Amino acid sequence: MALNLGCTAKPGNARDNKTGSWRVFKPEFIREKCTQCGMCTIVCPEGCISPDEDEFPVPDYDYCKGCGLCAEECPSEAIEMKKEEK
Amino acid sequence: MTDKPCNLFDVGHRACGGCAAALAAKLILEAAGKNTIVVSATGCMEVFSTPYPETAWGVPWIHSLFENNSAVASGVVASLKKQGRTEKVIALGGDGATVDIGMLCISGAFERGTDFTYICYDNEAYMNTGIQRSGATPYDASTTTSPAGKCSFGNPRPKKDLPAILAAHGAPYVATASVAYPADFKKKVEKAVNIPGPCYIQVHAPCCTGWGFEGEKTIAIGKLAIETGLWVNYEMENGEVTRVKKVRRKPVEDYLTEQKRFRHLFRPKKNDGEIAKIQQIADRNAEKYGTDIVLKK
Ligand SMILES: Cc1ncc(C[n+]2csc(CCOP(=O)(O)OP(=O)(O)O)c2C)c(N)n1
Ligand code: SF4
Ligand code: SF4
Ligand SMILES: [Mg+2]
Repeated sequence: MALNLGCTAKPGNARDNKTGSWRVFKPEFIREKCTQCGMCTIVCPEGCISPDEDEFPVPDYDYCKGCGLCAEECPSEAIEMKKEEK
Repeated sequence: MTDKPCNLFDVGHRACGGCAAALAAKLILEAAGKNTIVVSATGCMEVFSTPYPETAWGVPWIHSLFENNSAVASGVVASLKKQGRTEKVIALGGDGATVDIGMLCISGAFERGTDFTYICYDNEAYMNTGIQRSGATPYDASTTTSPAGKCSFGNPRPKKDLPAILAAHGAPYVATASVAYPADFKKKVEKAVNIPGPCYIQVHAPCCTGWGFEGEKTIAIGKLAIETGLWVNYEMENGEVTRVKKVRRKPVEDYLTEQKRFRHLFRPKKNDGEIAKIQQIADRNAEKYGTDIVLKK
């Protein structure tokens, strides 16, 4: 591989690496139970959860590793981990 | 969503699922903001965020050696000053990089009064090379270089108190934090980067792979460390402890039983003697920092 001068790289180009392929369990967000408290968004180590147009949290499954931290910490039990169908 | 502008600490990094160090990096940059330059020693955080030519960093980021992390950061600070620039400089290191290998240059930078913030994410061992003990590994934790067995109960020494050592350098702000309390951690980062002079934060970062628990439990384990008194969240300003997180203390067993690194204390039979010694560490912490909530009669 050719190295750039000073081994530099463009900000955030780790996006090329779709870590969603690591997933075994998939978080399913249940809107009816969600209070939009934001806890899942805060604790996700990927930073891959963001609000949709109705302010409900949605994970980016291209990057979600399925770690389950969001489901574990959700105070309203509005996230369920389901075995991924591939 | 992939075409969204990149976060300051972005998706696509290769940390284990549920990694507290990755969560810490995200929270640090949310708190410090985009006007930040980060210098990182080798370790999990460096390796998982920058497998060349990828990088998860949305701010300028420089990889140093273990030994010279704070020296590189000092150079960046000096250069910014000369140019009249105002970026905040944060040096990041794991516990091995911080309490062991980088000590000399950290001490030098603090002695010189360098205007930077050093943040140690403390996952309590050299994780990236396969879980070797460091000076921050807790008493009795089994690691690959302090394995529990017939002649050993695991790591024979307590954690080195680096916050106290750096406070003794005259640091204006020294704090401990935990990823289990993200808002508190972010407040401390924001405070540290805005206080002139050398500031230090050590953030407890439970490591599912090295400690032996499921990644979904990262926050729960971090909370238990604090609730049992084995980790204390506090702030020190100019050498004085000014704020402490108070808790209604649980027995240390509640924390130990959740992790494979302490399994030898319970199997094949419970080792009451060693567990009592760990309870003493928690009791001493509680007394030293006054963490216990005392109920009014
Ligand atoms: C001078 C030097 N010695 C050893 C190594 C090998 N090494 C790479 S990562 C690592 C572990 C670092 O541990 P820590 O600082 O606690 O960070 P963690 O991996 O736990 O996040 C080691 C020993 C190195 N890169 N350079
Ligand atoms: S499962 Fe883990 S990676 Fe996926 S959205 Fe939840 S916290 Fe983020
Ligand atoms: S080994 Fe531990 S610190 Fe390293 S990436 Fe995995 S969970 Fe994070
Ligand atoms: Mg470490």
